Amino acid sequence: MAAPDDLRKMSTQIFTEENSYSLAHQELQEEPGRVASWVKRLRDEAFESFAHSGFPTTEQEEWKYTNVVQIAKAKFEPFIKSDADEGITQKQIAPFIYEEANSSRLVFINGIFNERLSSLESLPGETVAVDLARALTESEQAEIVREYLARSADVDGNPFTALNTAFLSGGAFLFFPAGVVVENPIHLLFISSAENSRFASFPRVLIVAGRGSSATVIESYASLKQGEYFTDAVVEVVIEDDARIEHYKVQNESEKAFHVARTIAELGRNSSYNSTVITLGARLSRHDISVNFNHEGAECWVDGLYIVEDGQHTDTHSVIDHKLPHCTSRQLYKGILNGKSRAVFNGKVFVRQGAQGTDAMQTNRNLMLSNDARVDTKPQLEIFADDVKCAHGATVGQLEEEELFYLVSRGLHTELARNLLTYGFAEEVVEKIKIDSIKAQLDEAVLNRLHARLEAQ
Amino acid sequence: MSNIELLTNREYKYGFVTDIESETIPKGLTEDTIRLISAKKQEPEWMLEFRLKAYRQWLTMKEPRHWPNIKYPEVNYQDVIYYSAPKQKVNKASLDEVDPELLRTFEKLGIPLQEQKQLAGVAIDAVFDSVSVATTYKEKLKKHGVIFCSYTDAIRDYPELVKKYLGSVVPVGDNYFAALNSAVFSDGSFVFVPKGVRCPMELSTYFRINNQESGQFERTLIIAEEGASVSYNEGCTAPKFDKNQLHAAVVELVALDDAEIKYSTVQNWYAGDEEGKGGIYNFVTKRGKCAGRNSKISWTQVETGSAITWKYPSCILQGENSIGEFYSVALTNHSQQADTGTKMIHLGKNTRSTIISKGISAGKSNNSYRGLVKVMPKAEGARNYTQCDSMLIGSRCGANTFPYIEVMNNTARVEHEASTSKISEEQLFYLQQRGISQEDAVSLIINGFCKAVFRELPMEFAVEAQRLLGLKLEGSVG
Repeated sequence: MAAPDDLRKMSTQIFTEENSYSLAHQELQEEPGRVASWVKRLRDEAFESFAHSGFPTTEQEEWKYTNVVQIAKAKFEPFIKSDADEGITQKQIAPFIYEEANSSRLVFINGIFNERLSSLESLPGETVAVDLARALTESEQAEIVREYLARSADVDGNPFTALNTAFLSGGAFLFFPAGVVVENPIHLLFISSAENSRFASFPRVLIVAGRGSSATVIESYASLKQGEYFTDAVVEVVIEDDARIEHYKVQNESEKAFHVARTIAELGRNSSYNSTVITLGARLSRHDISVNFNHEGAECWVDGLYIVEDGQHTDTHSVIDHKLPHCTSRQLYKGILNGKSRAVFNGKVFVRQGAQGTDAMQTNRNLMLSNDARVDTKPQLEIFADDVKCAHGATVGQLEEEELFYLVSRGLHTELARNLLTYGFAEEVVEKIKIDSIKAQLDEAVLNRLHARLEAQ
Repeated sequence: MSNIELLTNREYKYGFVTDIESETIPKGLTEDTIRLISAKKQEPEWMLEFRLKAYRQWLTMKEPRHWPNIKYPEVNYQDVIYYSAPKQKVNKASLDEVDPELLRTFEKLGIPLQEQKQLAGVAIDAVFDSVSVATTYKEKLKKHGVIFCSYTDAIRDYPELVKKYLGSVVPVGDNYFAALNSAVFSDGSFVFVPKGVRCPMELSTYFRINNQESGQFERTLIIAEEGASVSYNEGCTAPKFDKNQLHAAVVELVALDDAEIKYSTVQNWYAGDEEGKGGIYNFVTKRGKCAGRNSKISWTQVETGSAITWKYPSCILQGENSIGEFYSVALTNHSQQADTGTKMIHLGKNTRSTIISKGISAGKSNNSYRGLVKVMPKAEGARNYTQCDSMLIGSRCGANTFPYIEVMNNTARVEHEASTSKISEEQLFYLQQRGISQEDAVSLIINGFCKAVFRELPMEFAVEAQRLLGLKLEGSVG
């Protein structure tokens, strides 16, 4: 525990930081425009909640292994210029575009929608894929947005969600009406242009999949420069009965950036949610993902792969809540740690009273390639029903000596054998990805890092 | 609901009260209470200092109410009697001087204290409320150099040993309940096994709470010197009272080079009635230090009693190649709550630990496994294997698993597995159609589920544990 003096110092720092957020919040609220009064109220309530709680500390069980004092101390400046174009060219963003979603993409610069760089030609007419800021002001979708927005992302006890909601404006609103099947994946590309400026951006995504609809969404984060900035994202996914959503998140922020995000999925009867989260970037990243089974017969896959290098810290907190009977959840998170890096995994699986016939499986595996790395994992089961099948497992270790020996005995150079096995370790998650260009990007990322290791030796 | 749940529960067999005159001090806790306890026990000044230091630290601490998965009303620490002893000569030279009523009590509990009546090969220290009333086979053990006596005697007769090791594994301010215990502990057992000696018999302590108003705060210290080995068992019961009673014990184990300590517990404190009225709050700190190379500490526990169990027998694996083991069966029924598990702290090279935990929840109870496996940066080649299985009987109970895994060395290998299952109708049907009665079938399945733990218990204890489990579960499956 910190000495009382340190605590006092820390809280003053947080206090001044809140002040700077406070000014920006006021500025946003006073911005002329047609923002509905309920949005303003939402922002105000959220800011109040944040001002009350401040940034979390490691004293809190949920933040035990991740210290966000750096985010609290840094003077990040909320990016709220709704008309800023920043003059970024198509060519600059080309490397971040997935071929499959070439004409179904929404591009955001520092959290603000950029129409010029976006392209939505290939989407079916009924599909709504728009800038959230616009959906908040224009009446056409405002009703749906109002019904679902901030319904599951509660701000109390979640300071980063509160902060995001306090700056609610930019982001995406996707709506798939009943029965609509969207073939092409929809890509939400969040790009940071920060180089010397310390921006804070607050992307917000609301996905509503109507009855029996089906779609794939890619959410990716990238940066043009290796700037020091802060992304605080919230994604709400509502999946109605019989609908299916496939969700990919690729986090490849700048190596100096901070990335805190929350994803919440609400599942209807017999619906399906398939999530894959790839974590490559950011100095410090934290992702909270929760899946709520609100009706019977739904299923979800919540998978992830994190690859961290020297100086990186990544933290995943997941909650899978089996509230009703006959739902199935599968979770596989794998991590590769190199250099002085750190990974945290905390996975909760709840089986509530009466949720009979639940089938839940959770696995977290970590591969420590360096002796300076650290892993803290805590898979957690809380079960209140007896007719269920639940299991979880966690491992932390190195490559199997026997497997290495086998490859070396076949004539492979030891380091090459090591890389091959590491690649294989990652493949278990990579191979389930159905979008080839994401797969290719990942393969490249894994191989690049392995080659860098090989060369360094 | 299937045909699961019925039958009546057998009465708690050990719920009687012994009518004996006892010497109690007034309720409440102040520095004066501590001075009084210390004076009653005629303790040296350093012991009083230790207690007062603990008390002052305790005052600044907070009860751990938020992280454990247990709920209970506020405990009024001023409403507890911190010292209660049956009236008798404190310094008993032989069993003949022990109050026959006490002997009868222990006999009734199945623990005859007359040496000739006992199972050969088990020495017993009997603790009644706040004091140790008898220790058997003291002389025989002494011939081998083994010291087995009450803590009070140890403070008087072996002050240097006590001074050296007291609080060395569980520091005074380790946690709220350990601090409380350090301030007010009244008695307990002391074991010292010198260099190279294998203790010739099983050592055992039996704890009995009798007084309705008193808490029990005992302390155990076991030291195994280089190459020594000892197996120690403890058992406990309490009468049925409607009021919750506090039991806050501290156990410290120290194993030097090549030493081995095996510590087994069968915990059967009164668990309260079906609705959760009464019962013991069992808030216990147990920790062993594998201080030497190749040392080994093994915890085996069968937890069936107590209204609330808050207990994490742990191992600090400091010596190279040292081994820590934790085998646990925790059974909760009715309104019982348990938050129990272990901590394995790997400090030394090639240290190994194994955790096998079996949780059984029935009735409206809540059973949580909470464990920490921590591999520090210097623990090259550390290895841990953890398996936690839970079984739910009925649909109103809960089973939780909270494993914390913290690894700071990449040569370590840590594995954790957990699963949940139930006694299936098919399994029962299969056994029953082979002519096995339903009750036997259930007990067979449960025993199979717990086998990995039971086989770690010393013989007599294993039999006792199996029987106890059967008794406790009677009626929850039908």
